[in-house]
Amino acid sequence: MAALIEFRDVCKYYEMGDTVVKAVDHVSMQINRNEFVAIVGQSGSGKSTCMNIIGCLDVPTAGEYLLDGREVSGMKRDELAAVRNELLGFIFQQYNLLPKLTLQENVEVPLMYAGVKGKARHDRAMEVLRSVGLEDYIKHRPNELSGGQQQRVSIARALVNHPKVILADEPTGALDSRTGREVLGILQQLHKEGNTVVLITHDNSIAVQAERIIRLEDGHVVFDGRADDPDAMKTGDQLRAEGKLKAGASEPQKEPEEAAAEAEKEPEKGKEAMQ
Amino acid sequence: MNLLETFRLAFSNIKASKVRTFLTMLGIIIGVTAVIVIEGLGNGMEIYMRDQFAVLGTNTISVNLIGRGTTRKATVDDMYEIAWGSQYLQNVSPTVNMSGGIKVGSERHRSTSVQGVSEDYMYMKSLGITLGRGLRYMDIEDRKTVCIVGAYVNKTYYNGGAVGDTVKIGTTNFKIVGVAEQQDDDEDLAAGGNDDFVYVPYSTAARLSHVGTISSYTFTMIDENSSDQAVDDIKAGLYKIYRDDNAYLVISMVQLLDIMTTMLNVMIKVLAIIAGISLVVGGVGIMNIMLVSVTERTKEIGIRKALGAKESIILKQFVIEAAITSALGGVVGIIMGFLGCRLATALVGQLTEVDMSVIPSWISVLRAFGISAGIGVLFGYLPAKKAADLNPIDALRYE
Repeated sequence: MAALIEFRDVCKYYEMGDTVVKAVDHVSMQINRNEFVAIVGQSGSGKSTCMNIIGCLDVPTAGEYLLDGREVSGMKRDELAAVRNELLGFIFQQYNLLPKLTLQENVEVPLMYAGVKGKARHDRAMEVLRSVGLEDYIKHRPNELSGGQQQRVSIARALVNHPKVILADEPTGALDSRTGREVLGILQQLHKEGNTVVLITHDNSIAVQAERIIRLEDGHVVFDGRADDPDAMKTGDQLRAEGKLKAGASEPQKEPEEAAAEAEKEPEKGKEAMQ
Repeated sequence: MNLLETFRLAFSNIKASKVRTFLTMLGIIIGVTAVIVIEGLGNGMEIYMRDQFAVLGTNTISVNLIGRGTTRKATVDDMYEIAWGSQYLQNVSPTVNMSGGIKVGSERHRSTSVQGVSEDYMYMKSLGITLGRGLRYMDIEDRKTVCIVGAYVNKTYYNGGAVGDTVKIGTTNFKIVGVAEQQDDDEDLAAGGNDDFVYVPYSTAARLSHVGTISSYTFTMIDENSSDQAVDDIKAGLYKIYRDDNAYLVISMVQLLDIMTTMLNVMIKVLAIIAGISLVVGGVGIMNIMLVSVTERTKEIGIRKALGAKESIILKQFVIEAAITSALGGVVGIIMGFLGCRLATALVGQLTEVDMSVIPSWISVLRAFGISAGIGVLFGYLPAKKAADLNPIDALRYE
């Protein structure tokens, strides 16, 4: 069976005045069903851009991105919205709940956009809220809850549409360590239940909770392997010194002329992405 | 996501900020209220005018002889000849106005109109006699000093016993021979209105006012709808005498009513358009607030888009919200307009003692509602488009 998420030479370039910033540069990777993957990197490593592309919030400048066998790179904005609704469940660092809605209404939002109506919608929302232990708070509003509870609501919302991929962007970033562990526990539980979880983080201690780690540095993949591999926690420089850096990421930078020529090849796509 | 849900969502957003919504609606409320009250005033004025003309008789044509630089002047007999010679005309009566009012005992009443008319005049006006008799041919022929008084004169100045008594017009005493039936609806005859008059024989009136040639006549038509032909017949008859169409003025009441109604309508339309400008201003107000609202809710829009909201859904949501705000303003404006019409009716009654009701027309109400909802859609579109075009990544990052 084909991979659930497949990057083929995905690039994302931004034009900043005269210079071209390569946020993601020729990244290829595959994530299969029922994997628990952490994409790790410091700020500026390209992990947020990667997460935006995986989450269909953005399209690559060059290369191909296949999600569940579908070519996403060339889709229009409304098609992307439909894919997000159908295949992806987002968990954000700042929970991103709608403050004016009750918990239940918050959880129902993705179902509403999917066209699920009435009792079916209500029942499904109740089901996921019960699974995160918040069935007693359905009429409350997000600001009446603790951070950990709010993050559980956002997990419930991510699950409500039976997504193929659960995409968690620094889900513990705004939580204390104890509630952070709880949330990670939920993610691990979801993985055990057969879900595919992609965790984006800068924190190695959180990344090791996943099965597999993909480490990004300067827009390149420097490590891709099991989380218990001793190399998983090493930086690109350390790996390069040990001669273990993978091909493709080993060359520090392309020649400037070459990079400029490449950016010119796809000027339209680049502009589109800038909008 | 269906339309009903979009509406529900819009309502809950409107409910969440009531004061702001009210202030947003204010321009629309004022505009719609103004349009309805102004059109109601126009409506009331037109009805009032028609009522007044109905009393005067819409089947009458008034003729004024100016007779400048002519050799011969039209006589009363000439006018009768014209009236009887036309298939469209029914009758004619000279009308001689006498100024100065009347004197009952030692009291002078200037408001009472005194008119010299023919024996047929009351019949022409479909005005009956309740007491005594009407004017007769012999009264005219002999220039008798007799008169008919209106119901108001009878009741107010003679306590209902006018017949047989006398009234002084100028320096001459007239014997009251009859009382005309009441014309105004006013039960207790508190105001004189159309019942405050005295009719005397025109020949007597002409002699007392030293009028050589009677220059004012009232014709009646057989059918109101053939007023143009009737007017033409009178003009043709007069042209034969004067050979100059500037020597006389022929105005049918139907034409006059039409002219006045047209003028009134133009005036009301202009006023309504001016009031309508405030609707446009109200629309700009809505656009302004919606733009602020889109900026404020950038994060919400980002979240909704991330969760799968298509651009068309976001667009619809904001357009409908603007349209509902505006339409709600329209409804409040309509209610205020109705109250305003009542207030205007009371005010007009108080200030002018004219019994005119300001009536809002349903067409203007429907139009006001349609326009206000339309303005919401029109001016809500730009902010909604802005919201729909937001990039989800930027919107999510917005704080």
